[in-house]
Amino acid sequence: MNPGIVTVSYIGATILFILALGGLSNQETARRGNIYGIIGMFIALVATIAGVTANIGILVGGLVIGGAVGLILAKRVQMTEMPELVAILHSLVGLAAVLVGFANFLGGSHHSGVELTIHDIETYLGILIGAVTFSGSIIAFGKLSGKITGNPMLIPGRHWFNLGLLVASIYICKMFVDQSAAGHGGGLTPLLIMTGIALLFGIHMVMAIGGADMPVVVSMLNSYSGWAAAATGFMLNNDLLIVTGALVGSSGAILSYIMCRAMNRKFLSVIAGGFGTTSGSSASAEEGEQGEVVAMEAHEVAQLLKDSKEVMIIPGYGMAVAQAQHIVYEITKALRAKKINVRFGIHPVAGRMPGHMNVLLAEARVPYDIVYEMDEINDDFPNIDVSIVIGANDIVNPSAQTDPNSPIAGMPVMECWKGQTTVVLKRGMATGYAGVQNPLFFKENTRMLFGDAGKSLDEVFKSL
Amino acid sequence: MKIGIPKEVHDGERRVATTPEVASQLIKKLGFEVAIQSGAGVTANFSDAAYSEVGVAVVEDAKKIWNDSDIILKVRAPEFNPDLKTEEVDLLHEGQIIITFLWPAQNPDLLKKLSEKKVTALAMDSIPRISRAQKMDALSSMANIAGYRAVVEAAQHFGRFFTGQITAAGKIPPAKVMVIGAGVAGLAAIGAARSMGAIVRAFDTRPEVKEQVESMDADFLELDFEEEGSGTGGYAKVMSKEFIAAEMALFAEQAKEVDIIITTALIPGKPAPELILEDMVKSMKDGSVIVDLAAEQGGNCKLSEAGKVVKVHGVSIIGYTDLPSRLATQSSQLYGTNLRHLLTDMCPEKDGNAVVNFEDEVVRGATVVKNGEITWPPPAPKLSAAPAKPAEEPAPVDVAEEKPSWVGPAMTLGIGGLALFGLGAVAPASFMAHFTVFVLACFVGYMVIWNVSPALHTPLMSVTNAVSSIIVIGAILQIGSGEKLIMWLSGLAVLITAINIAGGFAVTRRMLEMFRK
Repeated sequence: MNPGIVTVSYIGATILFILALGGLSNQETARRGNIYGIIGMFIALVATIAGVTANIGILVGGLVIGGAVGLILAKRVQMTEMPELVAILHSLVGLAAVLVGFANFLGGSHHSGVELTIHDIETYLGILIGAVTFSGSIIAFGKLSGKITGNPMLIPGRHWFNLGLLVASIYICKMFVDQSAAGHGGGLTPLLIMTGIALLFGIHMVMAIGGADMPVVVSMLNSYSGWAAAATGFMLNNDLLIVTGALVGSSGAILSYIMCRAMNRKFLSVIAGGFGTTSGSSASAEEGEQGEVVAMEAHEVAQLLKDSKEVMIIPGYGMAVAQAQHIVYEITKALRAKKINVRFGIHPVAGRMPGHMNVLLAEARVPYDIVYEMDEINDDFPNIDVSIVIGANDIVNPSAQTDPNSPIAGMPVMECWKGQTTVVLKRGMATGYAGVQNPLFFKENTRMLFGDAGKSLDEVFKSL
Repeated sequence: MKIGIPKEVHDGERRVATTPEVASQLIKKLGFEVAIQSGAGVTANFSDAAYSEVGVAVVEDAKKIWNDSDIILKVRAPEFNPDLKTEEVDLLHEGQIIITFLWPAQNPDLLKKLSEKKVTALAMDSIPRISRAQKMDALSSMANIAGYRAVVEAAQHFGRFFTGQITAAGKIPPAKVMVIGAGVAGLAAIGAARSMGAIVRAFDTRPEVKEQVESMDADFLELDFEEEGSGTGGYAKVMSKEFIAAEMALFAEQAKEVDIIITTALIPGKPAPELILEDMVKSMKDGSVIVDLAAEQGGNCKLSEAGKVVKVHGVSIIGYTDLPSRLATQSSQLYGTNLRHLLTDMCPEKDGNAVVNFEDEVVRGATVVKNGEITWPPPAPKLSAAPAKPAEEPAPVDVAEEKPSWVGPAMTLGIGGLALFGLGAVAPASFMAHFTVFVLACFVGYMVIWNVSPALHTPLMSVTNAVSSIIVIGAILQIGSGEKLIMWLSGLAVLITAINIAGGFAVTRRMLEMFRK
């Protein structure tokens, strides 16, 4: 096909991808944005496939089989498993980047001199980032689906270990460039060694990060998958790949940044891992102030809700675990029918993935115009009669504001204690992910409803 | 164990110590047997049938109740039973537990008689005022009702609306209500009067209640005088002479203005302080109302008579002492629930066996006689219900960080600039063209992504994931290669990216479909 037409197609695809991301700025245009994305991908595929001269069978076979598998996956996945799905899809991008990189390397190069060096470094980086994304995403998938423990695994001297891996990969890069420049298809060995190192690095990095930091990890891996595509684009001199990769990469980076800000933590300290282990002393200082918790029965909660005018529901990961989103909406509907204003307040890091809670609530058909972000509703709490905290802990912990020694000091939190009454649904008195005791539970206007969130809410609903 | 509820015999007492709802929980959740004297709940609108429906035995004979029960639940302290022509205390026998209001400080004789009978007696009025015992605090629940009822009684004797209105027949000013003493009863009165539309102002010697008063949308009257009136256990204490003089001046001034005064001032174990003097009553407008909730303890107003409504100087002074009993259904329900919570505390095994465990601070505080031994007064409770002094309040976290230093950004810029310069010096033109595209694309991404609604972050991730499968292009470009290995590597890459493309877009679509208004 005429190279001009291919280029034009790529430009069209690029524009459509940008429109797809731009469409997500609000719910009305989001669906259209997704369609733009599909069209863009279709144009890019057709334009590229038109230039393929051999092995069409394998190409079409791969596309058809892969597409079918993807569609089935998308259809079957539960909304609560969305973080796992996203993680495993990231790993596929990473793996593809590795495969394409190797294929390109094995295909030989027509470059020479500085261009060859740059091309080799591009290949090297593409495979490196791809491998890290691949193994990191696999581990993230394991952690999210509970196949691997969510606790951070900390090996002694882990920072030195990481540093060692980094130095090793730089050294091997030099080895690879030298061997490749020598010609005769040299350099495969260093490339393979580096792939091994990168895989190990990805595993180690995600293993050291705890369960509740997963929103950061998932968005970071999202970003990596973009950078891997961009590096591949450089390697292949393909602007479409570069642009798309850069878009995805910066998207993931911004998401990671938003998540880190929502936890008031530095990106580096999340990546370095091991949250909640270094702050034992301050956590124990808190214990002296504990008081009595006041438990409540489901029917009393129902009564409380019936007598209120303004209700705020604050969901957390516990709601996802208990699959309680549907019964939450049933309760919401019942209360709204009684002219009680029920709203949802979502903390940016609630759940295991950016926007996790929104998706779950949307699945339960909660209208999105009653779902608010933390910043939108935090000032409203003094007017709230009842706040219901479902399976959340650290995001409603007042010590983030009051205790400068707390590990979560300065993290923005939902100020539900400023309302009339807060009802906390919880399985037991265990501390949250950060390992910090939550003074909210001991406040005079807090009531606890112990038990599985799904079952408790079921009872509340029946009593309504 | 068997719980028995005899009919209250005090003249005009309409309450009953348990309701069918409470009884059913005592039976089902705690495993007690419950029996009630026939007709005990009638005055509180609970029929015998309602009790027997939930499994309570209805017994005709009062003596049988007193005789057969292991635990007796009552509202009023034991007194002379006119039906049986005998003292209720004499109906008790050794080993029984009686739980009721007892007022041990005012009734030393009764205490002695109970101890002679070798029974165990728990006084609901002696439950310590600690956070954990709030759900058993019958004094608070009764005070709440009394406060509400005080407003209802005032409305009954007041000749006007509470709320202000502009009608075709003229303008009606709102009633002005002053509540003295913002304890539980006072706050309940404020709430009731406010919701009827009156202008409410309140006074209390304890400054910490100001916030509570204001939260009920009433004005808090303040004295220009420094003295704090908080005593132990959340009650008020006696104030100094100077303070009282300033207080009286305030009341005298307010009396001329307000239409209704509700007094709830009580100091535990002392006669009620006299706050409304005769000349203040005189200065009030005709048709005004005073409700004296402290009438039983001598009254906050000298002119009030316990249990009666009197009209002096054109002002109706209500001195009812049985306000909770006048709302018998409600107060029986709350009192019964208080009793149930206490029994839950005493019966941790939920096997229908109540134990008087002195390790339990609440039970210890409430128990005035244990197996014939007088255990009143209890040791002082450890905690006060009043909030801690503001001095203990933690200082707000200093979130202000040190001023952003210019060194960091300048260094970053410098290093970035140098790196770019270095790259430009060695890299060939073709690379620089791609690099330009790359940097610009990063900025486009940056701009676009910040506009994405946080609610859509998950769809954003799945769609960017699908889009990043554009890497498939790389695989397609190489699949035509003659070398088998390259072909298979590329084929595999096509396969997995295809999963990603289809899966990513489809799941995004699925999610977006769910978002609805």
